[in-house]
Amino acid sequence: MSILDAKIPAGPLKDKWSAHKAHIGVVSPANKKKLDVIVVGTGLAGGSAAASLAELGYNVTAFCYQDSPRRAHSIAAQGGINAAKNYPNDNDSVFRLFYETIKGGDYRAREANVYRLAEVSNAIIDQCVAQGVPFAREYGGLLANRSFGGALVSRTFYARGQTGQQLLLGCYGAMNRQIEKGKIKVYNRHEVLDVVVVDGKARGVIARDLVTGKIERFGAHAVVLATGGYGNVFFLSTNAMGCNGSAAWQAYKRGAMFGNPCFVQIHPTCIPVHGEQQSKLTLMSESLRNDGRVWVPKKIEDAKALQAGTKHPNDIPDEDRDFYLERRYPAFGNLVPRDVASRAAKERCDAGFGVNNTGKAVFLDFKYAIQQLGRDTIEKRYGNLFQMYEKITAVDPYENPMMIYPAIHYSMGGLWVDYNLMTTIPGLYAIGECNFSDHGANRLGASALMQGLADGYFILPYTIGDYLAKEIQTPKIQTNTPEFEEAEKHVTDRLRKLYDIKGTKSPDHFHKQLGHIMWDYIGMAREASGLKKAIELIAQVKEEFYKDLRVVGEFSAMNNELEKAGRVADFIELAELMAHDALDRNESCGGHCRLESVTEEGEAKRDDENFKYVSVWEYKGENTAPELHKEELEFENVQLTQRSYK
Amino acid sequence: MADKILKELTLKVWRQKDAKSKGGFETYKIHDISTGTSFLEMLDILNEQLVSENKEPVAFDHDCREGICGTCSLFIDGRAHGPDDDVTTCQLHMRRFQDGATITIEPWRCGAFPVIKDLIVDRQAYDKILQAGGYVSVNTGGVPDGNAIPISNDNAEEAMDAAACIGCGACAATCKNSSAMLFVAAKVSQLALLPQGKVEAARRAKAMVAKMDELGFGNCTNTGACEMECPKSISIQHIARLNREFLKAKLKD
Amino acid sequence: MSNFLTTSIGKKVIMSLSGLFLILFLCVHLSVNLLLLVSPEAFNAGCEFMALPFIKVIEPVLALGFIVHIVWASILTIQNQKARPQKYALRKQSQNCTWPSRNMYILGALVLAFLALHIATIWYRFKFGEIHDHYEFVSGFLVQPVFGIIYIIAAIFLGLHLSHGFWSAFQSIGFSNDIWRKRLEYVAYFFAIVFAVGFSIIPVYFLIFGN
Repeated sequence: MSILDAKIPAGPLKDKWSAHKAHIGVVSPANKKKLDVIVVGTGLAGGSAAASLAELGYNVTAFCYQDSPRRAHSIAAQGGINAAKNYPNDNDSVFRLFYETIKGGDYRAREANVYRLAEVSNAIIDQCVAQGVPFAREYGGLLANRSFGGALVSRTFYARGQTGQQLLLGCYGAMNRQIEKGKIKVYNRHEVLDVVVVDGKARGVIARDLVTGKIERFGAHAVVLATGGYGNVFFLSTNAMGCNGSAAWQAYKRGAMFGNPCFVQIHPTCIPVHGEQQSKLTLMSESLRNDGRVWVPKKIEDAKALQAGTKHPNDIPDEDRDFYLERRYPAFGNLVPRDVASRAAKERCDAGFGVNNTGKAVFLDFKYAIQQLGRDTIEKRYGNLFQMYEKITAVDPYENPMMIYPAIHYSMGGLWVDYNLMTTIPGLYAIGECNFSDHGANRLGASALMQGLADGYFILPYTIGDYLAKEIQTPKIQTNTPEFEEAEKHVTDRLRKLYDIKGTKSPDHFHKQLGHIMWDYIGMAREASGLKKAIELIAQVKEEFYKDLRVVGEFSAMNNELEKAGRVADFIELAELMAHDALDRNESCGGHCRLESVTEEGEAKRDDENFKYVSVWEYKGENTAPELHKEELEFENVQLTQRSYK
Repeated sequence: MADKILKELTLKVWRQKDAKSKGGFETYKIHDISTGTSFLEMLDILNEQLVSENKEPVAFDHDCREGICGTCSLFIDGRAHGPDDDVTTCQLHMRRFQDGATITIEPWRCGAFPVIKDLIVDRQAYDKILQAGGYVSVNTGGVPDGNAIPISNDNAEEAMDAAACIGCGACAATCKNSSAMLFVAAKVSQLALLPQGKVEAARRAKAMVAKMDELGFGNCTNTGACEMECPKSISIQHIARLNREFLKAKLKD
Repeated sequence: MSNFLTTSIGKKVIMSLSGLFLILFLCVHLSVNLLLLVSPEAFNAGCEFMALPFIKVIEPVLALGFIVHIVWASILTIQNQKARPQKYALRKQSQNCTWPSRNMYILGALVLAFLALHIATIWYRFKFGEIHDHYEFVSGFLVQPVFGIIYIIAAIFLGLHLSHGFWSAFQSIGFSNDIWRKRLEYVAYFFAIVFAVGFSIIPVYFLIFGN
């Protein structure tokens, strides 16, 4: 037995969660009032957890680096949220949602977790409707659904192209209600930089007030990390500028193990990079693939002309267009899962068929849908996305095909958690994108919102009770202990070290360098030699960083450069771990293709015999290689097949 | 359509050390900016330039950079979110500016949004207004099925129009009276249109307006500037609905 | 209703209702004025009608309407000024709202200045003077170019004030939506033009044709 105990309840899959709930501990209302919980991050997972825990009676302290909880990056999710409601009567069910999610994740997620996710999905929709989330409705007044990649049924609920925003504002409203009642205390513009462990249990955090620069201590009976993903390790991603992996990374260094760090999702429909001055990438919702057709020219000379800007895409006749997704995957067509669509785009562009000046873009064309459904219908469905596209590119997508290219979007990997969402540090929980649990090696569209809210509304509030039921005798956590002292000093020293380098290059300079290495070697296509090279290159960046970093501004005041420096320092270390993990995983799986592991037709080949496990990394100290533990995945309810969307 | 290069721009930027200090404009020159660059990326370039000169970069709020989080602000050349319509500052692109132009950049000016540093203001007043009642009071769990109460497509759409508010503060920043009515109206109107929100509509309207007044925002004089500058084009017809809701609520008192 | 009048919306409702009341008064006033263009007899009859006791009773109410409208406008303006202690260095408001909408207080003050002149020169004489032929008095007054031109300019200010004020009054009491807003705006422009033209056509007539 490995040191990892996922604590998956016994019994048939469909009864595990209800049986588990029936047997875990519960804290009485009188005792809840005496227990404090820290929630780091206020996105869908953190926001819903903070609100739900406060409603139960716990005293919640929530942190966000933004100026308001409402700004967490969940807000940018566009397309929708999945649920197994089966409202369209297309034979959806909890099992089907479970099956498609686990298959979409390329069989690298736990059955029990994913089944539970599907099980609570319906309650999420009900909850959000009750909060006043204005989901799209049919004329009869009932909820509307749309389809998403990787699914054979229509189960995605949406609020125009702003579903994440509306769901987040729902949580934020629920939080606001508890803030007004005094049950949640929010620290805006605070960045959590360390987790404090006392006698082996998480007992608090160290945070920096981003306005005053003051380092502060906060104690609690349990700590919940809901800090989102680490996609920004690639510098260019669809994540918000401030998204970072620092809190999770420090938790890792304090003993929380990290699961599948190399699993990051590359989203196929982003607006292509325009040049070196670019700061981030903008996602165009996957829902666009419902009505848009993806193509590149059939003839290489057309592609060359498009790249040179001498030909207009509308002048290429249909017979000279290669609708490569429809060609290669007739069953799913343009709605293949994200990883498949991304790899196919890269394949065409690598072959020289890219359609913009950089050669790194493919078309997503609405001409056909507009001909069929009319401009009004398309405008109603995607109006805000089209407007966004036009504002950014100055190209009217009603008249011209959109240009898209894959970009880093989501991190499936994250802190390893057991069935209760607890990390390997007792009392430290990780929820939402911050944990590794539900999406395996590839997340299906509209599943992130589902997971964030499932964790926050319906899972954590139960499972944390089991832990806290044993903590009712623990008095309020004092922060004047040596452990807090040490953690605070650790944070201050680390920042001071960065601040005192006094070199010549900004944090962004190193971040961009790191991003290039990540995209080139640890992106969609990977191979052992490249990964080894990446490890060397990252080490070089790291060395350079600690020699030549320049942090201007004051140390104990608002200082965005210092914030960035701290995040980049953590990204560099995280990048190292990702490279090691990617090197270990010698199989093509989910979002990435390992060039040593492909079928004869060039499709990704998974290797279940050797890699049917979660890679769980344990920190072993500075300059010591991390230790890999393996959580073997058991599949009793689904048959592992090579994914086929043909 | 192809991007051009703006050879030189002059930036007049408000610099202020902290909330207590007195601020002032500083002028910077910046060169070779592609018209495909976003306004904030242009500021990134300015900041890289300042760092290379060992000067402190300009502090400004930004996060998602795709126009939805509402973090970015900036009063650019006399207008909230700059000279383009229906966009946030992060979606504003340099193709909106001419080569050789002088661009004036100020923080939101509104008594209820004090400056924290340079171009960053404190917008917690908006959070406080929502805390006063901008939600439906339901706990997690125990709610009816999502389809239990049908909602007309029109109402759902109109509620969504209002719910699109990103809380950026442009309405109060641009209003000659620093009124937050559009922000308050967006939430009151969204929830008043939905059966789930109707239950506590009266309480909500009164509490949110009272909080808005308490925080020192000005009074709406229906100029309509807010809806013109709102990056989400939220209509002031929602203000009319807020007025109705408020009057209805008060008449019952 | 306890603190209704002190809330921001409450104050706006007062502005709205007092404004609408004043518009009603203007309608009556303009109707009587236009009789000047019909015949001296018609105008004099109109003036006699206005001197009837049941009209007289309304006068203090009208005065109260003015006072409320002015006092509340002043309160609102002072509060609105205070809401932005530090002003912008550069503003381009013409891009997002109409000139009258953001200068209502100034337009109101100009109309008020005119009102003072009007009370002193005509109203006071009507009420306390010994005037036998109202038509003769008014036409004699308006042929003087200075007063004629002032009256024309004032009518334009009034029109501008109403071009925003009329629609705004309905918006403030919540009587507006996407459909009605357009209608009300049209009606506002219609009223603005009717009042501006209606009130100024009289001095124009006397300036051109004499009495």
